Amino acid sequence: MQILQIFWDRRELFATCLLEHIRISLTAVLCAGILGILTGILISRHKKAAGVALGVVNVIYTIPSISLLGFLIPLTGIGNRTAIIALTVYGLLPIVRNTYTGLTTVDATILEVAEGLGSDGRQMLFRIRFPLALPVIISGFRNMVVMIIAMGGIASFIGAGGLGVAIYRGITTYNMTLTAAGSILIALLALVSDRLLSLAEKAVNRRYGIE
Amino acid sequence: MNKVIEIRECSAAYGENAVLHKVSLTIEQGELVVIIGPSGCGKTTLLKMINGIVTPTEGKVTVNGEALASCDLVALRRQIGYAVQGAKLFPHMTVRDNICYVPGLEKKMTTEEKQCMAERMLEMVQLPAQLAGRFPRQLSGGQQQRVGIARAMAADAGILLMDEPFGAVDEITRKGLQEELLSLQEKTGVTIVFITHDIDEAFKLGSRILIMKEGCIWQEGTARELTEAPRDVFVRKLLNR
Ligand SMILES: Nc1ncnc2c1ncn2[C@@H]1O[C@H](COP(=O)(O)OP(=O)(O)OP(=O)(O)O)[C@@H](O)[C@H]1O
Ligand SMILES: [Mg+2]
Repeated sequence: MQILQIFWDRRELFATCLLEHIRISLTAVLCAGILGILTGILISRHKKAAGVALGVVNVIYTIPSISLLGFLIPLTGIGNRTAIIALTVYGLLPIVRNTYTGLTTVDATILEVAEGLGSDGRQMLFRIRFPLALPVIISGFRNMVVMIIAMGGIASFIGAGGLGVAIYRGITTYNMTLTAAGSILIALLALVSDRLLSLAEKAVNRRYGIE
Repeated sequence: MNKVIEIRECSAAYGENAVLHKVSLTIEQGELVVIIGPSGCGKTTLLKMINGIVTPTEGKVTVNGEALASCDLVALRRQIGYAVQGAKLFPHMTVRDNICYVPGLEKKMTTEEKQCMAERMLEMVQLPAQLAGRFPRQLSGGQQQRVGIARAMAADAGILLMDEPFGAVDEITRKGLQEELLSLQEKTGVTIVFITHDIDEAFKLGSRILIMKEGCIWQEGTARELTEAPRDVFVRKLLNR
């Protein structure tokens, strides 16, 4: 009840925070998505490079988010930009890994047929490998989106906007309700995004005849 | 006559495992060469050497006068229709897109053009046109196999490689498909290399029959030559129906 009340009372704060959160997350999702898929494609061609790249994103993943933000401050200052960079870097792991796994686990006999029929390198990638890897890539993408939205909550510790602002303010003013309300909104945002993506996933599966 | 495929003293191996041993084979324009032999003797491997999927460890393969080792393989493969053992359709494409795969590599096709081509090819392999919009997993094994043949033929190539193409279809349909293949060959003069385990099929289709054993071409000749003078008891047993 209290929480509903606070949503109403502080609706302006929540509206700006929510919009800001979406804006930051979306930017990070786009950056990580594009960068991650490209990296995944590139390393799917070189086993050695793949080992290195996957190792690096794995290590980054294990850095506590708070300290990554700390490392970034001297480089890029405080604010949204640093938050977006940190979220992008974190988001890379699931999307790079899934793109790589998806592309490299396509049925070898199917690849052989496509080659035997006269596909060139591009056609192999875009007509065969990529569409066949798409379900795995999309599941990595969903993973990444949820993670970025959730992690976006701590971005306010380095002065970025977003729902973390509400949470942070709740903490500093001993207002538990405010903190809870901010957290709930983040969770809801993540859930809704995940649902939307699952719809997109279904549409893609229909297009490619997967049930 | 015009030599279309020339394999000279070629060996092939998968890793350490030698599969073909100094095989030589020359195929001329318009021949329909049938390869038979026990499972695992290297028939598929020999076929894959013709379109460069398998690279010989020694020897030289020449197709349409070009040495495979030094030519543009992608371009060459588009001039070779390839019906794979076990159909192996692209699971993420409809029957229509599967059939039009090779022509679609060369030029962009509209949906109408694809539909038109798909219907034509489906008729040729005796399948109803309604199948065009389905995905491979919605077809029976025999239907998939025939779509695989349609995909190979749609390439409209001068050479057709067919690896046990009629294995999964019923007897009556198979007879029909054999007739269809013979008439296609008569009409277009396409060169065909055809693998089968069915001796009747081999005798019916083959203008020349190769018998393979353990990675070697054991004996070759017309159906008549083989039945009249089998090289040994192995050939006699294989041909004994
Ligand atoms: N990709 C591969 N890797 C390793 N060994 C292989 C591979 N493909 C085939 N072989 C081996 O090479 C040999 C010849 O195989 P091939 O597929 O040419 O036989 P085949 O005559 O076509 O048999 P079938 O009639 O069963 O299709 C077999 O012993 C097989 O185990
Ligand atoms: Mg075989």
